[in-house]
Amino acid sequence: MCPEQIFELMHDYLDEELDPEKERALRDHLKSCKECETIFNELKKTDAFVRGISHMQAPPDFTANVLARLPKEKKRIWMQRWFTNHPMLTAASVFIILMMGSLFSTWSQDQEFSVSKQKNLVVKNNTVIVPKGETVKGDVVVHNGNVRIEGEVQGDVTVINGEKYLASAGHVTGQIEEVNEVFDWIWYHMKRITHDVLDIFGQPETK
Amino acid sequence: MDTIVKKRIKQVIKGDQNAFGEIVEIYKNSVFQLCYRMLGNRHEAEDIAQEAFIRAYVNIQSFKQDKKFSTWLFRIATNLCIDRIRKKKPDYYLDAEVAGTEGLTMYSQISSDSPLPEAEVESLELQETVQKEILKLPEKYRSAIVLKYMEDMSLNEISEILNLPLGTVKTRIHRGREALRQQLRYV
Repeated sequence: MCPEQIFELMHDYLDEELDPEKERALRDHLKSCKECETIFNELKKTDAFVRGISHMQAPPDFTANVLARLPKEKKRIWMQRWFTNHPMLTAASVFIILMMGSLFSTWSQDQEFSVSKQKNLVVKNNTVIVPKGETVKGDVVVHNGNVRIEGEVQGDVTVINGEKYLASAGHVTGQIEEVNEVFDWIWYHMKRITHDVLDIFGQPETK
Repeated sequence: MDTIVKKRIKQVIKGDQNAFGEIVEIYKNSVFQLCYRMLGNRHEAEDIAQEAFIRAYVNIQSFKQDKKFSTWLFRIATNLCIDRIRKKKPDYYLDAEVAGTEGLTMYSQISSDSPLPEAEVESLELQETVQKEILKLPEKYRSAIVLKYMEDMSLNEISEILNLPLGTVKTRIHRGREALRQQLRYV
């Protein structure tokens, strides 16, 4: 019977832990010993068999099953992930919230009568009058009051929270707009913001 | 790969379950295979593999981030398998052998969809034989052998997973392999 040490060398060889010198010693021994050679070949075969058992795939719904069994996730994490996964939506909703906030606060502050400054406009009891025969240059904006147009306006007329009256002799070169409800008013603001933004982008080109 | 895992683990520590889902995707096949080789039964293997991931999630705080995650995960899985083997109750599952038959499982009693080609049947039979012989090994040799023959596992890693000195791991692999040789030499 061969020394135990030889079997150790065989296993070390299979573990790829055998230095060249010892491997030579093993090879020399195997040449001279039929019995050990058989055992070594059997070991190599066993090694190949065990190595050869195919890789296994976990069942298809494995991950989902694991996640379903986890303790509940904190709400905060869920929100954070949603925000990072949808940056555009997040930016858009933040924008809308801020804009709504500012619009509503302007709406509630805006309950006082005011009118754009043009020197030939006449104001009487919350009614702005464009006198007969006069020409008002620029846009006329009236907040919380009415407007009577008997003369000419070279620009747009906007009435917020009020009524407009256009006399038969009156003339407006631009558009006439009446804004009475919150949503009309918001729409008006949105249009104005878009218009301003377009102006900003439009200006450099015209220069 | 390691950097992805590290990043995901940081997210998991913050409580992100989606990040954990990605970790499960990366390791599910290895962990399932480890459990199947240890337990020899798909149903049980799936159960224990899932349990291993859940324990990893719950105890993620105790994972040292400078260490290799797979080592830690395989350690949890191996320990769960060994626990299961020790208190194994006689349960009946589809792939448990039907009493009085040789290698016949409940699966083979359910008619299969298509006949397998000859060569495939042969290789499947060989695989089954090898698996059966691994299952006959005492659990301490079995765990060493199963880990040794999982991809890219170094002896050092095995010693860390099993929490045993390197010399002991070597001895167990050698004894396990010798036992397998005696069973498989005439195959």
